Amino acid sequence: MTSKYEVVIGLEVHVQLTTATKIFCNCSTAFGSEPNSQTCPVCLGLPGALPVLNRKVVEYAIRSGLATHCSIAPRSIFARKNYFYPDLPKGYQISQYELPICEHGRLDIETTDGGRKSIGITRIHMEEDAGKLLHEGDGSRVDLNRACTPLLEIVSEPDLRSSDEAIAYLKKLHQIVVYLGVCDGNLEEGSFRCDANVSIRPWGQKEFGTRAELKNINSFRFIKQAIDYEVERQAEILEDGGRIIQETRLFDTATGTTRSMRGKEEAHDYRYFPDPDLVPLVVSPEWVEQVRRGLPELPEAKVERLVREYGIPVYDAEVLSAERATADYYDALVALHGNGKTCANWVMGELQRALNDSGTAIADCPIPPAALAALLKRIDDGTLSGKLAKQVFDAMWQTGEEADIIIEQRGLKQVSDLGAIEPLIDQVLAANPDQVAEFRSGKDKLLGFFVGQVMKASKGKANPAALNELLVKKLKAD
Amino acid sequence: MKITRAQVEHVARLARLALADAELDALTDEMDAILGYVETLNSLDTDHIVPTSHAVPMENAFRDDTVRPSLGTMKAVQNAPAAAGGCFVVPKVIE
Repeated sequence: MTSKYEVVIGLEVHVQLTTATKIFCNCSTAFGSEPNSQTCPVCLGLPGALPVLNRKVVEYAIRSGLATHCSIAPRSIFARKNYFYPDLPKGYQISQYELPICEHGRLDIETTDGGRKSIGITRIHMEEDAGKLLHEGDGSRVDLNRACTPLLEIVSEPDLRSSDEAIAYLKKLHQIVVYLGVCDGNLEEGSFRCDANVSIRPWGQKEFGTRAELKNINSFRFIKQAIDYEVERQAEILEDGGRIIQETRLFDTATGTTRSMRGKEEAHDYRYFPDPDLVPLVVSPEWVEQVRRGLPELPEAKVERLVREYGIPVYDAEVLSAERATADYYDALVALHGNGKTCANWVMGELQRALNDSGTAIADCPIPPAALAALLKRIDDGTLSGKLAKQVFDAMWQTGEEADIIIEQRGLKQVSDLGAIEPLIDQVLAANPDQVAEFRSGKDKLLGFFVGQVMKASKGKANPAALNELLVKKLKAD
Repeated sequence: MKITRAQVEHVARLARLALADAELDALTDEMDAILGYVETLNSLDTDHIVPTSHAVPMENAFRDDTVRPSLGTMKAVQNAPAAAGGCFVVPKVIE
């Protein structure tokens, strides 16, 4: 049914910044503390308190704006957004309205058919978060630790045309703000929250349909579910000859549906006006340049560089660049070892497996790049086979010892000496006369069997190349 | 009239003000007079004047991102009409 309609989506993302203090006071932003322990007259909204802007919030906003190709406003102001709710102690939220700090940006996403699409970013503005409400018994409890925590609201143009595009946009934006170090990216703790404006229109129609605003959904999967449900719902209404109402709807994770949040409509009359407590913010071109010079290499540029400098496939470069910490590890490893592909295979393979199995973040990896590089050099110089190297790797992970010490202690050196391998081959051939006969009558596949048996007899230490060569020679000779 | 009684009612509702009929009438007249006075500005040429967002000619008041001690839970809620578990308690806001 939905194929009759074109889906139009715009996203508003709230990014919680990783500053140590709140946006307008010096209270800590740490998560999970005792209720109201991180509050002061400013964030409690007590009369006479004066908010003063955190410089780092501005720097993070500029950083985010530059990374999404926005223009940075030379002058911007803060406004009061007026509404009543118990989690908002002042009766207004300090936000930006007419003159936001960043405008006219874009984010390029990959579409499901492998193409690229540019999604417009309307604006990025700074604002304070509200507190938290807990509904218990016959009252509601208010914890204002989160009140006044700095947020960036990043608003996209209604350029997205499917829930898949919406998810691609969100994942890309999430990756960028985490790379920039302005957000910890923790969805469960609400550090990256999304509202979706969803409407549909018959194909070919120029005007947008009436939209519904889906609020505060905190996982990528739920956002996709919520959008897909909402599109179906709106299509059914239009099919039945009905009319879509502009409203705020909440996604219910239990049922996978959205429901109307009535009563909030009138509150949309926010009566914004410039906040007289805060003076205008003037950002000089020098400041913008200074922030620009401090920008880290962003994922797209990183992928391009890894492919160019180390000659690895684009796929590998994308996997390695998905998280900044992984890419940093890989960069350090290649600098020490030299072979881009070998390093990529180990980081994406053994290292990633060990990290996943133990639930360790790469930042806390017990094997630093230098130690892994030293291990890989033992493969290069023939001391270890790939298989032995994996054993040594596991031991390094367990003990934190260096590769050379483990090789020495456990006698894991690869045996390349033909004199040592030959008796093992003779043993295996003598023990398996039937297979030898079959091989000689043309069953070449049995070579693998012999290699396996000899390798086993050597406890995995035989040099595979040397073993192969000598084995073939012996099988063909007799 | 610059402002209607219905607009005054609407703004009063947004501000959670319960006004008697007589008060609404009086406020409508007063606000109308104020808006009429402000309209004097329209007789001036303001084409090249930047909108004033702040009365003090000042910009960029910043503070550093350094944590300083907060009030703490006890002090934060000590004047609250109702508190429990370190939280302010308010009438239930959702069903």
